[in-house]
Amino acid sequence: MIRLLLLLPFIGLMIVPFYNIREPHLFGFPFFYWYQLAWVPLTSLLTYIVYRSARRAD
Amino acid sequence: MLTNVDSAAFAVFLALFILVTGMGFVASRWRKPETLAHLDEWGLGGRKFGTWITWFLVGGDFYTAYTVIAVPALVYAVGAYGFFALPYTIIVYPFVFAVMPVLWKVAKERGYVTAGDVVRGAYGSRGLELAVAATGVLATMPYIALQLIGMEVAIKALGLHGEVPLVLAFLVLALYTYSSGLRAPALIAFVKDIMIYIVVIAAIAIVPSRLGGYGAIFTAADAAFAAKGSGGILLSPAQIVPYASLALGSALAAFMYPHTLTGIFASSGGNTIRKNAMLLPAYTLLLGLLALLGYMGHAAGLKLASNNDVVPELFKMLFPSWFAGFAFAAIAIGALVPAAVMSIGAANLFTRNFWKVWVDPKVTPAGEAKVAKITSMLVKVGALLAILLMPTQFALDLQLLGGLWILQTLPALVFGLYLNWFSSKALLAGWAVGLAGGSWLAWSDGLKPLHSVDFGMGKVAIYTGLLALALNIVVAVAVNLVLKRVPQERLSREAAE
Repeated sequence: MIRLLLLLPFIGLMIVPFYNIREPHLFGFPFFYWYQLAWVPLTSLLTYIVYRSARRAD
Repeated sequence: MLTNVDSAAFAVFLALFILVTGMGFVASRWRKPETLAHLDEWGLGGRKFGTWITWFLVGGDFYTAYTVIAVPALVYAVGAYGFFALPYTIIVYPFVFAVMPVLWKVAKERGYVTAGDVVRGAYGSRGLELAVAATGVLATMPYIALQLIGMEVAIKALGLHGEVPLVLAFLVLALYTYSSGLRAPALIAFVKDIMIYIVVIAAIAIVPSRLGGYGAIFTAADAAFAAKGSGGILLSPAQIVPYASLALGSALAAFMYPHTLTGIFASSGGNTIRKNAMLLPAYTLLLGLLALLGYMGHAAGLKLASNNDVVPELFKMLFPSWFAGFAFAAIAIGALVPAAVMSIGAANLFTRNFWKVWVDPKVTPAGEAKVAKITSMLVKVGALLAILLMPTQFALDLQLLGGLWILQTLPALVFGLYLNWFSSKALLAGWAVGLAGGSWLAWSDGLKPLHSVDFGMGKVAIYTGLLALALNIVVAVAVNLVLKRVPQERLSREAAE
């Protein structure tokens, strides 16, 4: 079940109208940009969680 | 040939290029195998690359030199739409994490070197094997040509004109790939990736402070698009579906290419691949920030002859000349790694799935390595001639079609890892219809990657490759259902008689 976490990046990045906006800004970046950049570490983290749980299941 | 060459920049460039060339030849002795005369060694580096080597190799091979030039160029030209490379290179990794360790395991256990080998093993079909292999080679050729374009831009930015420098650089590349195989790009990738990281980190740290900060950069880009009357720092409503579908389709296609698969097969195990799926996104962060150089071009008020010049011109304007030379060397060397791996991947396919099957079934492992070495050389010369003799647009159009084509091998390559339902005939039919139908759609749309579809709610433009994949799967399922029914009907008829 925990493998379903791997679907979150797809959902988060395919809902384009949700993030195709300017506000709120962060460090001068419009939302469109920092939201997508934020998915980079988030995806790594989710993958790590799945990786850990799979190893424990072994 | 030499006009306006800055001597400091040129010296740095030349020194780095010579260093890398030396490494390319020394690589044949790196992690020395008993013999290089075996495709597992020449073409896959012995399947022993651990987490870090794989990280540098796949990173250096997937985020190509052309990317460094073309993504900021697209963002400079059209704005937010050019950022589809960012979601694309994020969602690709959960896919890699879930699928590629399974593929690696099959390949390792049965000694497979290519996607064609995997398909033959799963379905026992020479036809499907040839289809997958031919698609791989065809899709890779224009991709190599694209690396040459990236290299050309970097060499031109140094002030070197004419075709001699490009031909020389490529000949050197062809020679050390011939002698060292996959070990050469794997070793060079260390230098290349560290250089690219230095360049991009310097650019995103220094350039914004020269241009008044990120807020000012976005404002300047916004104003430039408004003045131009097209593009923008947000997507227009008509760009939303194209943006998402290009990201998804590209992500599914990315690891079907021979060069990325070669990186996967060459790794030392499933966990190496899983760890890389967590670590490779570091390159995506870099790519996202690099893309912003397109906006920095607007903030710096560059006047460009070609969009592809945005990165070189920005570096020349804002960096001291020796560092600009370093940056151009990073881009040119950056082209060598993917070009080498691509030619190796294509050569492996040709050797294993064409030469060995149709020409010389009794070929020895040493013979295989020899055929692959010569093929890798021919593939590179072909790409070089294509760039020298044909218009650049031709390579770009073919590269676009190549993405669509390679995506059509996904059902044959991936479905068999999980399902034992499809027959090779059904997959071959799906592949053929997807390939032909997709190419025809792209052709009729004037070689644009998007096709308008009316789902009853008005027209929506979708990435053509994804449409072709849907068609491919529908045909495969339909043909398979028909094929499965035929013998059953015959059985029941016989029973009734």
